Amino acid sequence: MSVETVSEMSTNETILEVKDIGKSFGSVVALRDVSTSVRAGEVTCVLGDNGAGKSTFIKILAGAHGHTSGELLVDGTPTHFSSPRSALAAGVATVYQDLAVVPLMPVWRNFFLGSEVTKGVGPLKRLDVKAMKAITKSELLAMGIDLRDVDQPIGTLSGGERQCVAIARAVYFGARMLILDEPTAALGVRQSGVVLKYIAAARDRGLGVIFITHNPHHAYPVGDRFMLLRRGRSMGDFAKDEITLDELVTMMAGGAELADLSHELQRTMPDSDVAKEFTAEVGEVAGP
Amino acid sequence: MSTTTETPPAPVADERLTKNAGLAALLRRPEVGAAVAAIVVGVYFSLSTEAFATPGGISTWLYTASQIGIMAVAVALLMIGGEFDLSTGAIIGTTGLTTGIMMSEFGINVWVAIITSLILAIVIGILNGVLVMRTGLPSFIVTLGTFFVLQGLNLAITKILIGKVAVTGLQRADGYVQGQQLFGSFVKIDLGGTLPLTIYAATFWFIAVTALATWVLLRTRAGNWIFAVGGAQTAARQVGVPVFKTKVGLFVTTSVAGWLAGMLYLFKTTGVQSVTGVGQEFIFIICAVVGGCLLTGGYGSALGAAFGALIYGMVSQGIVYAKWDNDWLYAILGVMLLGAVLVNDWVKSRAEALR
Repeated sequence: MSVETVSEMSTNETILEVKDIGKSFGSVVALRDVSTSVRAGEVTCVLGDNGAGKSTFIKILAGAHGHTSGELLVDGTPTHFSSPRSALAAGVATVYQDLAVVPLMPVWRNFFLGSEVTKGVGPLKRLDVKAMKAITKSELLAMGIDLRDVDQPIGTLSGGERQCVAIARAVYFGARMLILDEPTAALGVRQSGVVLKYIAAARDRGLGVIFITHNPHHAYPVGDRFMLLRRGRSMGDFAKDEITLDELVTMMAGGAELADLSHELQRTMPDSDVAKEFTAEVGEVAGP
Repeated sequence: MSTTTETPPAPVADERLTKNAGLAALLRRPEVGAAVAAIVVGVYFSLSTEAFATPGGISTWLYTASQIGIMAVAVALLMIGGEFDLSTGAIIGTTGLTTGIMMSEFGINVWVAIITSLILAIVIGILNGVLVMRTGLPSFIVTLGTFFVLQGLNLAITKILIGKVAVTGLQRADGYVQGQQLFGSFVKIDLGGTLPLTIYAATFWFIAVTALATWVLLRTRAGNWIFAVGGAQTAARQVGVPVFKTKVGLFVTTSVAGWLAGMLYLFKTTGVQSVTGVGQEFIFIICAVVGGCLLTGGYGSALGAAFGALIYGMVSQGIVYAKWDNDWLYAILGVMLLGAVLVNDWVKSRAEALR
């Protein structure tokens, strides 16, 4: 439970590994032959466009769906998560897009919601408010958020900060591995930067992180390993030194298709700004 | 990546934080508005009428406020938990009638009669809660149904059993005095006025219920869960809050508060009618809303609801002392409700929009 044990763990120890994992719903194959791994102190990015199979992949790791083929290894042992609770018990915590926070409640109450610290016995059993406030403050500080007042409603925090509270909460309650479901999707440029900073902070504390995103520009700066999904299939699993940002963007967008789209735009509306910008971007990506 | 030493553009961030902290401190006390309003109302009637601030006057409005307040506090807890209960008024009648008929018509021991109606109240509460949670229907509809069922049963069964609509002659039952001491007694304090200050048992119960509810809400896990299920039920479930248990518990709380109000009414007036309590359910909701509860749940205060009840008690009696036409009471209550809702809505939008 304590943070110390997490950070003392030797880095580069593989926490979770998937081998040719797949999931089919009846005759519909949602995910097929996906392999990657997550190590302590590293960030594995899962990239894919809408409908690429990202959600199915997360749900298998989070314990919401069982996989129907392949292997899921936790600490080298084949495992089958039967429920989100069993995933949590193995130290795999998922931070969903809605963050599971109650906007009108104070930050510290949100932090401990469902796992409140109490003191006293019997009818005098009561919340240990002082301890909870102190822990919340110090845990958030460790993630780089300096809140003057943990008593403010969590709804008053920015999107990035709320994301951070959710991450810090998962870390405090014993997560060794975090799955972040599109944490930057609904955020502006600045707030996205803030969240990337916290992902790095979680990594530096020795956690394994799976960062799901459709934005290679967010993934590349913090990622150690990149796995691309497209139409339910893996398009490859690369370490950072095996791939450049440009290659990542090209693969992600499907280089050839992107060029076609650019030509089409040029043809149908040659003078529009959109077409010009698009062509410039495709040229830039495909350039080197 | 170095994260610890980074300093964001300080002046902007600090300025925003200061503003938030100050406003948040104010927002954290939903009962402040009702407390201020209670003082204003109290001072107004004290200055404008002769009788309001006399011991006799205080006795009257304090009793009214206490009787309403017990229910308002319980209803406030339920509203913070994001639900409504319209059957609360009818439960006062149901429990009062049950105990009353058992004692007066069948001569059953007072404790047996009291415990029986308590069990009945708990069953009604569980029924309300389970129906709401299992069907997913709005509690407004489910408890509206319960309300009508109880109102009908109160009348029909009372008539079948005793052939009339009012229960009297409670004193005949075994151990009546014990029940009377617990629920119907009073303390007289002579302050030198024409009438002594009379504090009824209801007031002590009211204070106890308010204190207990405030303690539960702010200092126990259950209180944390009540705010959470009312504020964001899905999020609460995701982090492991027992949503079903919390909500059913809240419905049982309002029912049991209805039982307490029923007993207090029964033993003070030594009688009960089949229509007792009907129509009061909205007054409890008004008191809770005036006390700072949001209709949408997740925000509010037990203490605020107690102040709301105090305002109701003072206004309803103050109108009489000021020799206004009592017909205006409901119009005034309506205006108070609208005003309170507008203020609360503004508060909520501030709390949610600030970022």
